[in-house]
Amino acid sequence: MNPHLVLRVVAKLLIPLIVVFGLYVHFHGDYSPGGGFQAGVIVASAVILYSLIFGLDSAKRAVPTWFVKFLAAFGVLLYGGTGVATWLLGANYLDYDVLHPDLSHHTGQHIGIILVELGVLSTVFAVMMAIFYAFAGRAPDIPEGEW
Amino acid sequence: MVMVELLAERFNFIIVIILMMTGLYAVVATGNLVKRLVGLSLFQTSVFLLYITIGKVFGGQPPILPEYGGGHGESDYGAASTDHAAGAAEYAADTAHQSAEVLYSNPLPHVLILTAIVVGVATLSVGLALVVRIRETYGTIEDEAINKADYAVDSAGRGA
Amino acid sequence: MEFDWTQLLDYALMAMLLAVGIAIVRLRNLFAAVMLMGVYSLLSAAWFVSLDAVDVAFTEAAVGAGISTVLMLAAMLLTAREAEPVKAARHWAALVVVSVAGAALFYAVGDMPVYGDPNSPANSYVGMDYITSTPNEIAVPNVVTAVLASYRGFDTFGETVVIFAAGLGVMLLLGLRGLKKKEEQK
Repeated sequence: MNPHLVLRVVAKLLIPLIVVFGLYVHFHGDYSPGGGFQAGVIVASAVILYSLIFGLDSAKRAVPTWFVKFLAAFGVLLYGGTGVATWLLGANYLDYDVLHPDLSHHTGQHIGIILVELGVLSTVFAVMMAIFYAFAGRAPDIPEGEW
Repeated sequence: MVMVELLAERFNFIIVIILMMTGLYAVVATGNLVKRLVGLSLFQTSVFLLYITIGKVFGGQPPILPEYGGGHGESDYGAASTDHAAGAAEYAADTAHQSAEVLYSNPLPHVLILTAIVVGVATLSVGLALVVRIRETYGTIEDEAINKADYAVDSAGRGA
Repeated sequence: MEFDWTQLLDYALMAMLLAVGIAIVRLRNLFAAVMLMGVYSLLSAAWFVSLDAVDVAFTEAAVGAGISTVLMLAAMLLTAREAEPVKAARHWAALVVVSVAGAALFYAVGDMPVYGDPNSPANSYVGMDYITSTPNEIAVPNVVTAVLASYRGFDTFGETVVIFAAGLGVMLLLGLRGLKKKEEQK
């Protein structure tokens, strides 16, 4: 029997829950403690847990290197792009009120905040994954007894 | 006696300063590069504690306002918002219904420190990547050994 | 002044933080030092909650006790397990530096505002204005998110770029492909 059976089963149960929790923290950043930074780190820790249990190669198949590189730049672009979008709609840079015509409930602010926090989530997730891949890719092979 | 009372009121700051000095000692005294970065991270976390201690208000709550209805808040500021349409005034009026003032802790240090924490871990990772490369080049991470290796290469270069 | 039981929690956390901090400095085994750093981050997160900074506590627990520990463990794996002992001359020189810096800071503590004062300069101006104007202008209950993403959105943009740059730095220094594949390509 595989000596890591308990870990594998528990990880398979937990990792989707961790990802969902990360997304919950992101979308509820307006109403409770949370936001893009915390959510990005939580989703990254789910993928790091997967990599620790199933191996770095499996993790690189699940979240490939090119995707990580793309997502890091995409997050910054999304944030900057939201500002450019408000520019094109006629207001100042990153003035979220113009994103939605309903000024009474400030829906534009909600949309703007979720978009920029999504950008932050993407960049933080991708950078944490890139750093982990960089360090783990160089790890020397340690036989089980030498810890 | 006055000085004792002065320090007793600011006791938290004193403890945080002692923690900062512990981290600073680790940075200056140790020769091992990884331990130095650990000491730097200790110093950094203690500085965050200092900032958040400044923003704490006695009798205050975390800076999360209650949602629509059953709210608290400073009454005069809530009633003064008249230039938006029904929705915002409704929300603000809801939060203005209680006449008692509720104190919140200062949110500004929280925002600054949130930023600083994530940037801190990013720069820590760059520092650790440099240490890994140093280890691969010199074979050691004690700074005195690295200096000796550099001087040896230097003087060998000048001699040759 | 009636006894505030939450102060006991604060004192317990302070004592544990001091003990862990001194242990980190004294330990030569790097594995233990890195693990204790994770413990220190977690205790700081608990103290942040006690100081009403819930967003900061969340971030410190996730980043400091989570990711940072993993990174330092990975770096320790690739470098060394034990630190050399500190020579006496260096130890005393460091103590002098730390004492001078600490004395200067203690001298400055007398001018700091009283802990928890709602009328201190830090708590009087812009910080409290954000709380009163957030319901009107942004209508978001979490004031910290409102300030972070809307009032101070430019700062957060710059910070995202800094994180991206740090990721770039690590990618340039270490590379994402790892060492084994380079040997296979040869």
